[in-house]
Amino acid sequence: MKNRMKEFKYTIKDEVGLHARPAGLLVKEAKKFSSKITVCANGKCSEATKLMAIMAMGIKQGQEVTVTIEGEDETAAEQELKEFFSSNL
Amino acid sequence: MEKINGKSIFNGIAVGKILFYSKDAGQVKRVKITDTRAEMERYNRAKEKAVDELNAIYAKAVKEVGELNAQVFEVHAMMLEDDTFHDSIQNIIENQHVNAEYAVATTGDNLSAMFAEMEDEYFRARAIDVKDIAERVISILLGKSTSNNIGNEPVIIVAEDLAPSETVQMDKEKLLAFVTRLGSANSHTAILARTMNLPALVGVDIREEWNGKTAVVDGFAGELIIEPDEATLKEMRERQEEVSRNRELLENLKGKEDITRSGKKIKLYANIGGIGDVANVIKNDGAGIGLFRSEFLYLESGDYPSENEQFQAYKTVAENMAGKKVIIRTLDIGADKQVDYFRLEKEENPAMGYRAIRICLDRRDIFKTQLRAIYRASAYGTIGIMFPMIISVNEVRQIKAIVEEVKKELDGQQIQYGSVELGIMIETPAAVMISDLLAEEVDFFSIGTNDLTQYTLAIDRQNSRLDNIYDARHEAILRMIRMVVDNGHKHNIWVGICGELGADLNLTKEFIRMGIDELSVSPGAILPIRKIIRETE
Repeated sequence: MKNRMKEFKYTIKDEVGLHARPAGLLVKEAKKFSSKITVCANGKCSEATKLMAIMAMGIKQGQEVTVTIEGEDETAAEQELKEFFSSNL
Repeated sequence: MEKINGKSIFNGIAVGKILFYSKDAGQVKRVKITDTRAEMERYNRAKEKAVDELNAIYAKAVKEVGELNAQVFEVHAMMLEDDTFHDSIQNIIENQHVNAEYAVATTGDNLSAMFAEMEDEYFRARAIDVKDIAERVISILLGKSTSNNIGNEPVIIVAEDLAPSETVQMDKEKLLAFVTRLGSANSHTAILARTMNLPALVGVDIREEWNGKTAVVDGFAGELIIEPDEATLKEMRERQEEVSRNRELLENLKGKEDITRSGKKIKLYANIGGIGDVANVIKNDGAGIGLFRSEFLYLESGDYPSENEQFQAYKTVAENMAGKKVIIRTLDIGADKQVDYFRLEKEENPAMGYRAIRICLDRRDIFKTQLRAIYRASAYGTIGIMFPMIISVNEVRQIKAIVEEVKKELDGQQIQYGSVELGIMIETPAAVMISDLLAEEVDFFSIGTNDLTQYTLAIDRQNSRLDNIYDARHEAILRMIRMVVDNGHKHNIWVGICGELGADLNLTKEFIRMGIDELSVSPGAILPIRKIIRETE
């Protein structure tokens, strides 16, 4: 198998949680890649390209999110998303 | 004539006709269509237009109310372009063969209901954002003007609630005041009203029958007066003129230095109680923040706020003040400010009890968490720290030892921090009497006149029976201030006042004569004091 799916975990540090603005930026970031990117937390998952769905997860500060990336550009996507999370959330 | 009370958001007076503003809810009709593709295109065009509008509002808002308050419109544009929103509308149009207006309204209602049911207060409040964007697209689809045409005559807007985009879009020239039933003092609309200098009342039991009636909004008294009589009208018009005359004079003082005629510079800073107040400080041209009450972090939280939560808050304020001084006062709870999770025992005399620095020196984990957060934030601006309720040199030495520990830990972890001025509040008679000794230990003093007055005069601030003998300008207090200033200056440290007395316009000249270096006051008091400083010799 060529693609092996990437996954990383991140604990939200922003005091309001994964709120509207960073969620919107995350969507923009995720749309740059062709890989399917999924965000999971509290047993719920949603595609990283769907703003309202992500906001509806109500991810709060201190909660851990699992980001999975699957597709052609998953290595690059993983790298960029990791950076995105640590500098925005 | 009828008087109705509300909670005032901004002190000002407005006289004019009421416009009862309703959102035309329920005007969307469900219409069967056949060409779903054309309907989708219609929707897409409306959406593009809505996004363009929002970008324009965002740009306008950045200029008028600042980047921080404007961000909500950027978020609205993001939500409009969201796949979830888009897919739902497409589904409804294509599967139910209905008009775009109906599809947008249904989607807006569903998504906003979803947010309204969420547990977290922040996410719950997003319901109104979803409603707002849906209404915007619907207005475009219906070919209505979305600039919220409020007529040609300036009006007092009375509404259930106002969405941020509604307030910003209204033609400012035609707006006299806002009166709403919903909305809190910290809502977006409240912040915007404050930054736009508009009198505003929330929590008013509004009635549609007021539409078209003449009314007065008295922001000072928190009153709405419907159909005022001649005498009231005349009085209010006079007061209004006085307010606007003063404000015009004050506006001219923006950008001017806080300097006396003989060239003494005064640091004229602001007191704030949360991140939301920063916009107001910038708007009023404060040279810095002289008292950032950190309690809100603890009071608004259900548990001890983490280092990161605090760090984010301090960093945001430091960054927004862009290098101007921000003095954070460490935790000052106890007495009249209680927090459940601290589990403080009930005390006979809480004003003289287990509070402020006494808690911090006893429960060092809490104290160190806060200090670490402040030091980390100090890398992002100019931060100072001051400690409340000091009575002895020993306390100050203990604090400094803990600060050293914190700095060493940060060094060990290679976490950066800036240079931080350390000061203390002078708010006990003991601190006044030993201010010469304390001055050797710290970089500055900030006199907290509220507690100092209560302790010196032995008058409980909460006891209204003593209001008649409570004299804020008591000679004893003025002498104490003089003593603290003299002792501070002997040891080359600066001395300020951050209590309510600091904003007493009748004392500004006296304070300057005493040699005070800093006055920290509520943001709204900055310009009136600047005026006096500039008139003082």
